[in-house]
Amino acid sequence: MKQLMSGNEAIARGAWEADVVVAAGYPGTPSTEILENFAGYPKAYAEWAPNEKVALDVVVGAAYAGRRAMAVMKHVGLNVASDSLFYASTTGVEAGLVIIGVDDPGQHSSQNEQDSRRYGKFARIPCIEPSDSQEAKDMVAVALNISEQFDTPVLLRSTTRISHSSALVNLGEQMHVPPTLNRFPRNPAKYHVAPLYSRKRRSIVEERINLLCEFAETFPYNLVEWRSENTSDERAQLGIVTCGVAYQYAKEVFPESPILRLGMTYPIPPALVREFASKVERLIVIEELDPFLEEEIHLLGIPVEGKSIFPKVGELNPRIVRRSAMQVGLLPASANEPVCALDKPPVPARRPTLCPGCPHRGVFQVLSKLDLVVAGDIGCYCLASEPPLSALHTQGCMGAGIGQAHGAAKAGIGEPMVAVIGDSTFFHAGIPALLNVAYNQSNVIVIILDNRATAMTGHQQHPGTGFTLQMQESPAIELESLVRALGIERVTTVDPYQVWDVEKILREFMRADGPSVLIAQRECARLPRAREQWVVLEVAPEKCRGCARCFSIGCPAILKSDELDKETQRPKAVIDSLQCVGCEVCAWVCPWGAISFRDQVEGAHDE
Amino acid sequence: MSSDTTRTYDFLLAGIGGQGTILASNVLAEVGLAVGFDAKKAEVHGLSQLGGSVNTHVRWNYERVYSPLIALGEADYLVAFEKAEALRYAEFLRLGGKAIINDQVVLPLTVTSGGEAYPTDEQVKAVYAKLSDDVHFVPGIQIAKELGNAKVANVVALGALSNFLPAPKKVWLAVIEACVPQKFVELNQQAFQRGRKVSAEW
Repeated sequence: MKQLMSGNEAIARGAWEADVVVAAGYPGTPSTEILENFAGYPKAYAEWAPNEKVALDVVVGAAYAGRRAMAVMKHVGLNVASDSLFYASTTGVEAGLVIIGVDDPGQHSSQNEQDSRRYGKFARIPCIEPSDSQEAKDMVAVALNISEQFDTPVLLRSTTRISHSSALVNLGEQMHVPPTLNRFPRNPAKYHVAPLYSRKRRSIVEERINLLCEFAETFPYNLVEWRSENTSDERAQLGIVTCGVAYQYAKEVFPESPILRLGMTYPIPPALVREFASKVERLIVIEELDPFLEEEIHLLGIPVEGKSIFPKVGELNPRIVRRSAMQVGLLPASANEPVCALDKPPVPARRPTLCPGCPHRGVFQVLSKLDLVVAGDIGCYCLASEPPLSALHTQGCMGAGIGQAHGAAKAGIGEPMVAVIGDSTFFHAGIPALLNVAYNQSNVIVIILDNRATAMTGHQQHPGTGFTLQMQESPAIELESLVRALGIERVTTVDPYQVWDVEKILREFMRADGPSVLIAQRECARLPRAREQWVVLEVAPEKCRGCARCFSIGCPAILKSDELDKETQRPKAVIDSLQCVGCEVCAWVCPWGAISFRDQVEGAHDE
Repeated sequence: MSSDTTRTYDFLLAGIGGQGTILASNVLAEVGLAVGFDAKKAEVHGLSQLGGSVNTHVRWNYERVYSPLIALGEADYLVAFEKAEALRYAEFLRLGGKAIINDQVVLPLTVTSGGEAYPTDEQVKAVYAKLSDDVHFVPGIQIAKELGNAKVANVVALGALSNFLPAPKKVWLAVIEACVPQKFVELNQQAFQRGRKVSAEW
């Protein structure tokens, strides 16, 4: 049976077909749908871990126990898990262990571009890369087989374009892979990495890479495609080495040139590459992000070009590949080059913004009003840096904001330091940072923006929601007691829709000595239970003076009316009934009482 | 109805989060597969907040589709579900390609509370006039509202597109049935038929 599947859906299917017993990860675009889909297969076990390092340790444990296992994360999550990646490389496994790492060339939704293939080389584990959904599915089983054959974790690297593109996939049956062990191995010489044991493993790991190089020579996903025109002994003018989605662009842009497509990008097969190179006049590499294959080929002593032609920064596409090739004369300058610089008026930007009714908006409105400096974190609230709120001043990585605020306070910056962090991000990497604030005591104000979900990636569950990935009930970790247990004495929970309360508490915190934590708790307005309480607020046009205070909160539901205020000659506000959910933040900030509160609207409807 | 088996059919669909751009591209890709093409679909969007710009690439080819992305200036068909988005992605349309633009305006925050201007219909038309004389505005939102649900404007536009593709109506209706939740099937099929009627007169 064939089915249209995204790369992520295909990886999930592949894991199920390959009899993965335990899967774990942490949500992160563009990888999130893999675990969500896998969790839906019959008898599959999948869990959201608090962070990627924990997820990797969980699946390492399952693989030590002789059951096939899969960890899923985005590229920056792999950074978090990297410590575990290295010990797992040293120890090897009892049953197959695959780590799905999804890179984001072009930074569609990430804080950086990074090339995770380097983790393959860095941690001395094989890295394989699919070029479409079919391979994404099939390569999960391939990775697990390699893992078992060579006693190593395997990195299956995808990218946004593979993960979020859909193509036809041939579905297979689920295979049954019996556990390799009945009891957990008592084998510290292999699974205990104290130097007395792990020194002996060092040479085993290096030898493993040598064996994998040999394996790669005949690995069926390392494909040489000669075109019909150049089957003779005559050397082809141009030969292309490529991998991942770039293979598809190469096929489209260079239909006549021979291609070596590497399905295993670490380690590369030396003899195969040499042989291919010897049959072409000019060897080029088309790959996204780093010159990874280019460097590996250079190390074999083979002349090759890559990043001198194609960009290192951003996502590739057929047009970029074609234009880059044309600029260096690899392709003739095309007469029918499409319109590229269309003369057109500026198109208004649609920057991502906090949604109407977002519980974070009121908090940032107050932070903006109090002109506080705010260290941010990873989540929807990172959008508060944009005008008109402009109330967020740093963003690093998961959990970074609290440490940054603490450090600035210790440096004697002389103004109150605030850190904001979401609930899921707090569980992920905020706990040790807040523990540090309690331990080393600084006047930092930490605001936990608790919207009861991992909202930005699509409302996934987390330890505070009371449900697991597979919607089993679980104990909901209560934030206020957790924060107190970490040693923070001044903790207050507030409803962020009560903007005046937020302001009052923050003003108290600013006067206090020592650390304070505000838990701003209200579920994301897009969650089903919140939707049930949606109410549309109204502006009384006779009271609105066109002062634009309500525009300063950056709510997409507040529009400029066609009607101008007679005195100020500025447009009055009007509320878009299709967007407003009734959070009242605009009503709180309106100095003229022109915007109704919920009870006024509901009252009016009752009459 | 053209059915040249040597050409590719490259579609760019542009809209904003919540307009059903991805659903429309799912239907389009499935219809292509159902009538015997190879098909690929790529979703291009950034952070998943409401109201962001979303575009999808759908490609059909009788032999094999390689790249999931269409190159700039190479879309045979451009379907925009919102007028500013039509302007944003205009460069994707090949010279002489067909553009179907849903007559809907969704003001971005940069216009409602910022200083940026929303393009006029004349500006959108002038830009497209440089690319093609096969450019059509569809009253998708009006038809959708007549049907009782503004959200099916995307399927009205898809209906308008369907008249120009080598796939019979019954295939479209069956794919729509398979792609949308049961209780919305009839509504979506009606929207599709209304869109088909609109473009029958072009």
